[in-house]
This record gives sequence, structure tokens and C-alpha cells, in this order.
Amino acid sequence: MLNAQSTQPSFLSQMIRIAAKDLAIEWRSREILATSAFLAVVIVLIFSFAFVVGGAPPGAPVTAGILWVAIIVSGTVGLGRTFDRERDGEAIRALLLSPAPRAAIYLGKLVATIVLMTIVESIVTVLCALFFNSAAILSNPTVPLLLLLGTVGFAAVGCVFSAALLRAKSRDVLLSTLLYPVVVPILIAGARGTAILLEPTPDLDAALFWTQFLLSVDVIFLVVGFWAFEPVVAGD
Amino acid sequence: MSTTRQPHRDAKADLVVEKVGKTFAGRRALIDVSMTLSPGEISAILGPNGAGKSTLLSILATLSSPTTGHVSWGDTRLVRGSESRRLLGYVGHEPGLYLDLSAFHNLTLFAGLFGLDRATERAQALLDRVGLKDTGVEVPVRTFSRGMMQRLALARALLHEPAILLFDEPSSALDPRGARWLSEELGNERSAGRIVVLVTHDLEAAGALADHTVILRRGRVASDERYSAPPGPDALRSRYAEICGA
Repeated sequence: MLNAQSTQPSFLSQMIRIAAKDLAIEWRSREILATSAFLAVVIVLIFSFAFVVGGAPPGAPVTAGILWVAIIVSGTVGLGRTFDRERDGEAIRALLLSPAPRAAIYLGKLVATIVLMTIVESIVTVLCALFFNSAAILSNPTVPLLLLLGTVGFAAVGCVFSAALLRAKSRDVLLSTLLYPVVVPILIAGARGTAILLEPTPDLDAALFWTQFLLSVDVIFLVVGFWAFEPVVAGD
Repeated sequence: MSTTRQPHRDAKADLVVEKVGKTFAGRRALIDVSMTLSPGEISAILGPNGAGKSTLLSILATLSSPTTGHVSWGDTRLVRGSESRRLLGYVGHEPGLYLDLSAFHNLTLFAGLFGLDRATERAQALLDRVGLKDTGVEVPVRTFSRGMMQRLALARALLHEPAILLFDEPSSALDPRGARWLSEELGNERSAGRIVVLVTHDLEAAGALADHTVILRRGRVASDERYSAPPGPDALRSRYAEICGA
């Protein structure tokens, strides 16, 4: 047997290992991506049948609303599976018994969730641009920034709830029930900010306000996430 | 700055549990539990359901904090924190593995989280030792039999050469051959000088293996006995019946 010499791995390397592990598992199964992307596409399709009447696309606020609803709903499905890998076979126990700081575990899970949500968002964004004839979704560089900020805040709080519900029986129902009231500010700020940017002559000051608002919500949710993750996941 | 650490397996300190108590929502799960667990011994913690065995193991594993008292290994207090976790290896009745990763990738993942050098060689050596060398790097653990999963769980627990090995009903779902293999491995780890703690209902296995038995009853230590050689299943069964009833 080899002599087990070890060095204290950096926080960043542990975080990256955890995120890479989640992405590698997802790459094999494509379970979260397939289900959340499918749901997002269905939502956009249903709304397109409802709102595109006689070939006339809906206004910017409706398009923005559809985009964010598709992202939040499909993101919830993804979040519901975020800790499934840890629950199966009680891998969470082995992870908690490793020297990885809880914050590194939290951030690793968060980064993987953000990456997966971003892939789904890119599909949804293209679909919205096509179905609702909104080229500004793709051409305005602030739209992806708003989406990223919204995703970070949503995933930051979502990962904590998902961890808290790790052993709950009705976790999918409970996750939506707990998560949606908390992420309402993200949904409002994201939809309002995006709607402004999709207007033919966007009010850039108003868009900046919603961007800053989302950034503030992200900071709050990340701080709360760091603080809450340890007691939530330990379950002592 | 990175610090190089030596393995803990050569260290010979006792694991001392001192007046540990644990209360859950007003209910006392453990009351003034004290014991000393020594290197080179298999200590079996026994008792009926609800006696506090799993709670004690959770405290030893630093997954739970005691309400009163403390656990120490030499000069080190076992508290939540990465340093304490380096001392411990844990094998439960669930394997504690990522079922969608291969055996090799599970081991290299945990080797990385522990900051172990030569992770690939280490993983391969351990897979060889537990008889899973031929599982390759692509076959997910999900397809393994229960026995194979427990073999891999032991390999994961041994990766960082811990001084203390904790087992929670490790043979509960194993067939007789798997249980026999596990008993041999427990014996090997005792010979390697580790502190081996076995929480189990299996009096036969405990009687055949343990040098030290602790019987918990209603959260208290009802019996703490050391033997020069394992007492044997029959002797342990009658001792257990004497303390806990049939």
C-alpha cells in the first residue's frame, strides 16, 4: 500500500473538483439537462401558441416574462435533482467526512448548477428570439448579463433549499413551494429589466437599476447561502 | 502555503470518549457515555434499537456535535473540521459513493478532496486490494452488486490511511461470502494498528471479531469489557441477553 502523504488542497481546487464531478456525472446521463431543457422548450412553445396571434409577436414585457418563467420553472426541475447524486448511496456522508470545507461543497454545487442552467437558458433565449421575433434578446449584451445575475441568485438560494430537502419525501413539491416566494424579487427584476432592454428604444437608466437590484439580491442570497449551508446540510 | 501531512496509521493514541451526552429536542439519546478505544483493537458497540449507537457513531465521525462532553484522539479534540476528518474513515450500511461514477473515479475524486499525492496509483492499488481491479474506469458503481459496493466503500475509507475506522452495520446487506471477506478485512485493519469501531446488531460477527465490547442501553453504557481474545458468539450472546434481555 502506498504511503498516504497529503497536502491541504486549496479551497478553489476542492470547489472545482466538486463542480467537475457534478458536470461529469451529468455529461454521462444528461438527465438534468434533458428534463429541464425539454420543460423549458415546452413552456416557450405553449406561450408562443397563446401569445403569437396572426403572426404578430407579443410585446417586450410578455416576451421577457415568458423567458423568465421558462428559466425559473426549468431551473427548479434542475435544482430538484442537484443533490440526488449525494442522496443516492449516501454519498453526502462521504462528502461531509472529506476535508472539503462546507463552503467549497456549496460553491461547487452552485457552479455546476449555474453551468447547467446557462446551457438551458441559451436554448430558451434562442427559441424566444425565433418565436417572438425578438432579435434584441440575442443582440443586446446586457440581456445575458441579467440572465446570469438572475441565475446566480436563483441557484444560490436554490442549492440551499435543495440541500435542506435532501432527505424529504416530497422534496419536489416542497422545493417549489419554498423557493418561489423567495425568488420573486429575482423574477420581477429579471423580467422588468429584460422587458426594458427588448424595447425598441430601451431606457438604459431603468435597465441599470434592475441590473444593480439583481446584483444586490445575488450578494444577499450568496451570503445567506454560505451561512445557511453548513447547518442545513449537517442536519444536526 | 501547502502543508505536507504524514499518514495517521502509525500513530498509537487512544480514542477517548469522555462523558458524552446528546439531547435531541429534549430527549436524551446519550447520557454520560465514556469509553476508551485503543489502536489494534476492534471495539464493537452493541445495543438494542434506540440505545444510541448510531448517535454515538455520528459523534465519533464528527458529523454531529455532542451536547455535553467531548471526544479526543491524543491531543486532538474530534470536532467538526477538516483536521479531525483526516483521522477518520467511515463505512456505513449505505456505500457512501457516487453511483454514477466508476470505482476508479470515485476513489480519485475523494483522493483529490483529501489532497493525497499519487491519487491514480493509490486508487489502483486499493482497487486491486479489494478485488475490483477489473471494473475499469467506465463501469458505473450503480451496476455493482451490494458486495462490490461495500468493497469499494472500504477502499474509499482507507484512501487517506486513517487512524480510526468507523463501521456502521457494514455487513447488513452482504451475503455470507461478503460478510466473511469483510470480517477478514476488519482483522487486517486491527493488525495494521488502527482503531476499529464496529456498530452492529450482528452478535455473531461481533463475538468472533471484537477484542472490546461496549453495550449501550437507553443511552448509557451498560457494559464495557475487554478480552484477551474475541469472546465468541455464544458468550457474547448470553452476556448481551443478560444486560438487554433476549
